[in-house]
Amino acid sequence: MNNAASLRKIASGIILYALLVLTALLCLGPFLWLLSTSLKVNANVYKFPPQLIPWPLNFKNFSDVFHIMPLWTYIKNTVLMTGMGVLLNVIICTMTAYPLARIAFPARNFVFYAIVSTMILPNAAGMIVNFIIIQKLHLYNTILGIVLPSAVSVFNVFLLRQAFITIPNDMEYSGRIDGAGEFRIFWNIMVPMVRPAIATVVIFDFMAFWNSMIWPIIILDDKEKYPLAAALQYLQGNLSYNFPYIAAGTIISVIPIIVIFLVLQKQFINGMVGAVKG
Amino acid sequence: MAAKWSKQQRSRARFAYLMIAPGVLLLIVFTFYPILYGLPLAFTNYSALDTTKWIGMKNFQRAFNDPDFYVALKNSLIYVIVVPIIQIIAILMAVLVNTKLKFVGLFRVAFFIPVVTSMVAAAIAWKWMYEEQGIINYILRSLGLTHHDIAFMVEPKYALAGVMLVTIWKGLGYYMMIYLAGLQSIPSELQEAARIDGANRLQVIRLITIPLLMPFVLLCSLLSVMGAIRVFDEIFVMHGPKGDPINSTLVASVYTYKVAFQDFDFGYAAAIGLVVALIILVFSLFMFRYTRKGGLTYYE
Repeated sequence: MNNAASLRKIASGIILYALLVLTALLCLGPFLWLLSTSLKVNANVYKFPPQLIPWPLNFKNFSDVFHIMPLWTYIKNTVLMTGMGVLLNVIICTMTAYPLARIAFPARNFVFYAIVSTMILPNAAGMIVNFIIIQKLHLYNTILGIVLPSAVSVFNVFLLRQAFITIPNDMEYSGRIDGAGEFRIFWNIMVPMVRPAIATVVIFDFMAFWNSMIWPIIILDDKEKYPLAAALQYLQGNLSYNFPYIAAGTIISVIPIIVIFLVLQKQFINGMVGAVKG
Repeated sequence: MAAKWSKQQRSRARFAYLMIAPGVLLLIVFTFYPILYGLPLAFTNYSALDTTKWIGMKNFQRAFNDPDFYVALKNSLIYVIVVPIIQIIAILMAVLVNTKLKFVGLFRVAFFIPVVTSMVAAAIAWKWMYEEQGIINYILRSLGLTHHDIAFMVEPKYALAGVMLVTIWKGLGYYMMIYLAGLQSIPSELQEAARIDGANRLQVIRLITIPLLMPFVLLCSLLSVMGAIRVFDEIFVMHGPKGDPINSTLVASVYTYKVAFQDFDFGYAAAIGLVVALIILVFSLFMFRYTRKGGLTYYE
């Protein structure tokens, strides 16, 4: 009896682990296969039947790809675009959310409901109109033109406002009694209290900007100004005869986001899942 | 409220306006204005070529006589098939990782990796696997499922399904996490009580787990319907801006992109976008109604 029960436990454990490993293979398989391809010597890339584990190992694609395409430039562009986008969102969204949560001023409700309404109203021609606006502002072919339309997200403002609302009033009163001005109350007392919400904003926008492809392609004329995702999309058509380079470039482009995800996995998952549930 | 504002209140209000000014200004330019201007734009012939004129319903008449537009709508609707598939697999995955096995956290993280990577990277990886001499054909042949190589990227009958698989694959981890949160929100006492009352495992699933998971199913379905109708990146990367081969992957958003940014026919593109937005609106209203009638009543 006891034996049978423990046997069954072991068997179900084995089945569960087998299913987990199989699912993990399906989830990671495409990237692992890409990694494998990028580490092969050319003769083995199109070999049939395919060589699963690259042998001999060849790291040359990863060094060559920096000569084949201006990869450093793309990385620099991506970092610059992502940094600007995240920074602008954190600063401007925090500034916008704070008064909406904690200061009584005329027309506050109007402003708030106007902002919230954009989450419901369909923005059917958003990209088209934004393109026209960027052209009129003479920001076509600039990084600012990519970043500015998403420099404030309604979603972030909403999220930060919720966070500011939950701060107890005592915090504010004690600051006032100490004679702190409005800005000092905001900056020294309030902002540190909403750090988790700011972390969510940073993670979301880091991902969105780092992975963004089509808007940079629309806004940028110079391929030299492309961020990684746009550049890979552009190059995969032109360099398809030499796929290992594209594979190496793609692997390089996903490493930063995967590393950051692995380091901050809790915040990532809670932020992305919690945001929809909330 | 407007009657008497103390000096301090007035200075606070001034501070508030200063703080919200940059954000509100950017929202006016890049969010409010596009929403408002997108509407009249759909009734003009705004393009790179012509001087802009009000042309009434002409764009809409043109859309309804445009065979490509119908193909795009049809493909977008077909695309919604990914929604139930994602829900079923994601729920099964959530059940699988909702155990207390060792290393299960590691697997959860692994399943989530496709979610955080860019669609460009994912699409490039899949395109490579879909090659005629690629690994998918190799696997299918090794398993004896096919006897000759299939041109997944080139044959129209496989192209759309091929992209849909990428969409499904990339979204699973995300929905799995929502369902996991859902499963963990169900108090275990409920299930235990049912077991004590003599319900078998299947009955517990059917009578407790599924009804309590329903709100999450509806939320996830709504999110993935919107995602499916807006699908763009994976098609653009794998099959280009025209929805090749022979329109087989031409969906609404890709067609809108083509009309706007390849033909520079902005007025017509705005009209198409408006029609699609209306369809999404009808879809979501329908689903909200269904939500009201369905699982959510358990919480009311």
